Amino acid sequence: MGFRLFPEQASTLAPQVDHLLFFLLAAAAFFTVAIFGAIFYFAIRYRRRSDRELPKAIHGSVPLEILWSVIPFGLTMVMFTWGASVYFTGRSAPADAIQIDVVAKQWMWKLQHMEGPREINELHIPLGRPIKLTMTSEDVIHSFFVPAFRTKQDVVPGSYSTTWFQPTKTGKYHLFCAEYCGDRHSGMTGWIYVMQPEDYAAWLSGETPGATLAENGRKLFQDLACANCHKPDGSGRCPALAGLFGSTVSLADGTAVTADEAYIRESILRPAAKVVAGYQPLMPTFQGQVTEEGVLQLVEYIKSLSPEPKAPSQSRDRQGAVRNP
Amino acid sequence: MITAAVEEQQNYLNAGYGLKSWLLTKDHKRIALLYLATITFFFFIGGVFATLIRIELLSPHGNLVSSDTYNKLFTMHGVVMIFFFLIPSIPATLGNFFLPMMIGARDLAFPKLNLLSWYLLVIGGLFAIFAMVAGGVDTGWTFYTPYSTTYSNTWVVATALGIFIAGFSSILTGLNFIVTVHRMRAPGMTWFRMPLFVWAHYATAIIQVLGTPVLAVTIVLVAAERLLHLGIFDPARGGDPVLFQHLFWFYSHPAVYIMILPAMGVLSELVSVFSRKRIFGYSVVAFSSVAIAVLGFLVWGHHLFVSGMSLYAGMVFSFLSYFVAIPSAIKVFNWTATLYKGSISYATPMLYAFGFIGLFTIGGLTGLFVACLGIDVHVTDTYFVVAHFHYIMVGGAIMAYLGGLHYWWPKMTGRMYPEGWAKLSALVIFVGFNLTFFPQFILGYLGMPRRYHVYPDEFQVLHVLSTAGASVLAVGYMLPIVYFAWSLRYGKLAGSNPWKATGLEWTTASPPPPHNFDQIPVVTHEAYDYSAVIDEEVPVG
Ligand code: HEC
Ligand code: HEM
Ligand SMILES: [Cu+2]
Ligand SMILES: [Cu+2]
Repeated sequence: MGFRLFPEQASTLAPQVDHLLFFLLAAAAFFTVAIFGAIFYFAIRYRRRSDRELPKAIHGSVPLEILWSVIPFGLTMVMFTWGASVYFTGRSAPADAIQIDVVAKQWMWKLQHMEGPREINELHIPLGRPIKLTMTSEDVIHSFFVPAFRTKQDVVPGSYSTTWFQPTKTGKYHLFCAEYCGDRHSGMTGWIYVMQPEDYAAWLSGETPGATLAENGRKLFQDLACANCHKPDGSGRCPALAGLFGSTVSLADGTAVTADEAYIRESILRPAAKVVAGYQPLMPTFQGQVTEEGVLQLVEYIKSLSPEPKAPSQSRDRQGAVRNP
Repeated sequence: MITAAVEEQQNYLNAGYGLKSWLLTKDHKRIALLYLATITFFFFIGGVFATLIRIELLSPHGNLVSSDTYNKLFTMHGVVMIFFFLIPSIPATLGNFFLPMMIGARDLAFPKLNLLSWYLLVIGGLFAIFAMVAGGVDTGWTFYTPYSTTYSNTWVVATALGIFIAGFSSILTGLNFIVTVHRMRAPGMTWFRMPLFVWAHYATAIIQVLGTPVLAVTIVLVAAERLLHLGIFDPARGGDPVLFQHLFWFYSHPAVYIMILPAMGVLSELVSVFSRKRIFGYSVVAFSSVAIAVLGFLVWGHHLFVSGMSLYAGMVFSFLSYFVAIPSAIKVFNWTATLYKGSISYATPMLYAFGFIGLFTIGGLTGLFVACLGIDVHVTDTYFVVAHFHYIMVGGAIMAYLGGLHYWWPKMTGRMYPEGWAKLSALVIFVGFNLTFFPQFILGYLGMPRRYHVYPDEFQVLHVLSTAGASVLAVGYMLPIVYFAWSLRYGKLAGSNPWKATGLEWTTASPPPPHNFDQIPVVTHEAYDYSAVIDEEVPVG
């Protein structure tokens, strides 16, 4: 890749960000020219010709002060509104996005496709489909940055962050870690391969799928003995997990929470933090016994037990229906 | 008016000799010189780190130093330049020296506290130097958790302690300035007769006193977490790593105004004196400093737009950031308007002032880019941000600092610097600066992340340009050090008021007597009334 002055545009967001940039550049150029021009003009026109010169004092001008406060302010409000709307787009993933899980660690990117394939420092995606990433870190904060897509999102240990993009051009694009993360921060880079859908399908099937993410999750669910407590019919002293994802859970402290990825993650790693109403805090923590990738697989498995609601917003209260403590 | 200093007259420099007369001095002017020497030393150290960074980046493959060393270099560069050079720079030297003189006081309100402040900076600096010599620190000047608390095995606590101690130096200086401005003004020196330099330092002092304690608390939490594993920022123990960023920027955004407000104060003096005009919209400029100080506390979240903060919090912080940009813009417009129908001199301090306005304008305008949510997502943590803040802090604050130093040098030393060389330095710095940092805007938008030791080949051309600029810049910064030293002995005598300026500091001898004024002045007119210093009126054409 040769020398260039402007980055490639390879996502639906990229031209939006660039238009915004051009607007700001135009505004900045206007003020720069106006200020520099005025300074040069005054400096030359009114240069000191004798050391005894005494110019007339001017105190100021209220109309001018108002003018040059209000006009720039108006202009910045355009920047604000426009910028906020682009940001909004960049943060709201479409419901039909392809889901990919990302786990960052010093100093590599681990990416898992729902169909099963797992990649390191490389991500293959199809052209023209929205891609949604659910990301977490095993150690420090990293940041998932693809300049050609104009997207960046910090990846924070202990929580899930998400971002999305829709590629518009096939090719190979830089993936950078943008948040300083220690020794080999600058080595924490990779490539995004945007492929024609057919090529992508071929790539997927060639990747020795073995099991899907949810199937791996089910296996973990057995291996970690979750299944001993959580019975499909909700018998015993533990809640059933079918239908959990996306529903509203009432907690022992009287509050309620929507069961999204973050809630499920927390239930596994810090079960005591939110105890389901009507149950005892019997569940042991699995912190340290399961990797972040494993947790994501478990989450995926639990999600697969709720066939219908995909987005957490379509929550459905399953209290009473499943539970009978 | 008091006439020019006679050579043998007693002044603050010949009032005592020997190390003790300096190390135990309570004279704000001597303390200012102690600071000057100290921060020049730190500027030099920070500069050595910067040089090594730029040389390393000539090549994309990182073959000069190891990654580990590279990370320490940029961390220590940032720590030294921000906490031990730029934050103390203008307030502790020019402010210390001239704030009391400008309001007609014999000293600051608490001279011993002032000396203590200097010792605190030195002790803090020694901790930082110890940390550097013992092996360095690699967290970035921003100390983001959990890297700094759990993962880094470098000298984090020692460095943090150094910053903690230096922070108290800053707090005490601010306190001293506030009390001095309230209590020590000469008769007739009303608030609206104060030079804008004083207003700017007053606003700065408010930030120092209110903001720095938050930094101190944050540092204590980091140290406690490292040593006692409390789990405040550690997600494995239920802590929140992003909480640190909120605390850190709650101080560090206002801190960027600790660095720029005094520079703006210097600029108001320079623009007025060298166009021999009252500052256009004096009270607007004065109040805009206070507005910046207050609003500056409300925008810290603009450093966290991609940290996973909620969408709406992002919007609020973006909105408020635009709010704080307006008072800065107003200042630039007022300075420009001051030139209108002025009598504009091209003396060195004014060249630096022009340089400041140019570079600060670009830095400020790019502030609008990074405050814009849609754009910041792409450019945050890239070289675009690096260029933005260097335009303001190096292009702006250091230009103003050097401009102020040239302007007041005759008063501080009684000697003029060599004008030709000084003009050359202003030019070389301006050119070198732009060559160093302008390419970084392009690099940043292309996607070059900051704090990268190794980088893709396609970015090399712009990095080489930047390094070339840095060598020009280095020459530019060396020049004043040499000719200022030269002028101490060979510079021509300055006289009490070489610029025909109006401030009270110019009514006394150069260098000033130990207690500044033989008699406390009585102020009868506003700042920047040049009819008081220029007897014969020649109208401007
Ligand atoms: C010792 C029995 C036990 C084991 C083993 C166990 N859990 Fe639980 N789990 C519970 C109990 C009891 C609750 C309800 C109380 C609470 O919220 O802590 C619960 C709650 C949950 C919830 C929240 C359910 C809701 O309705 O909101 C999830 C999700 C969950 N467990 C997942 C798992 C997974 C995954 C594993 C295996 C890694 C596991 N559990 C292992 C006992 C267990
Ligand atoms: C004119 C109004 C200004 C606005 C609107 C503004 C806005 C911003 C924003 C939004 C950021 C965060 C960018 C990011 O990290 O992605 C930023 C970074 C920064 N700004 Fe400004 N800024 C302004 C003026 C200043 C001034 C006056 C200074 C210093 C004297 C300054 C110094 C900095 C520094 C040091 C950083 C980066 C710190 C870091 O991440 O290491 N800015 N600015
Ligand atoms: Cu990184
Ligand atoms: Cu800021």
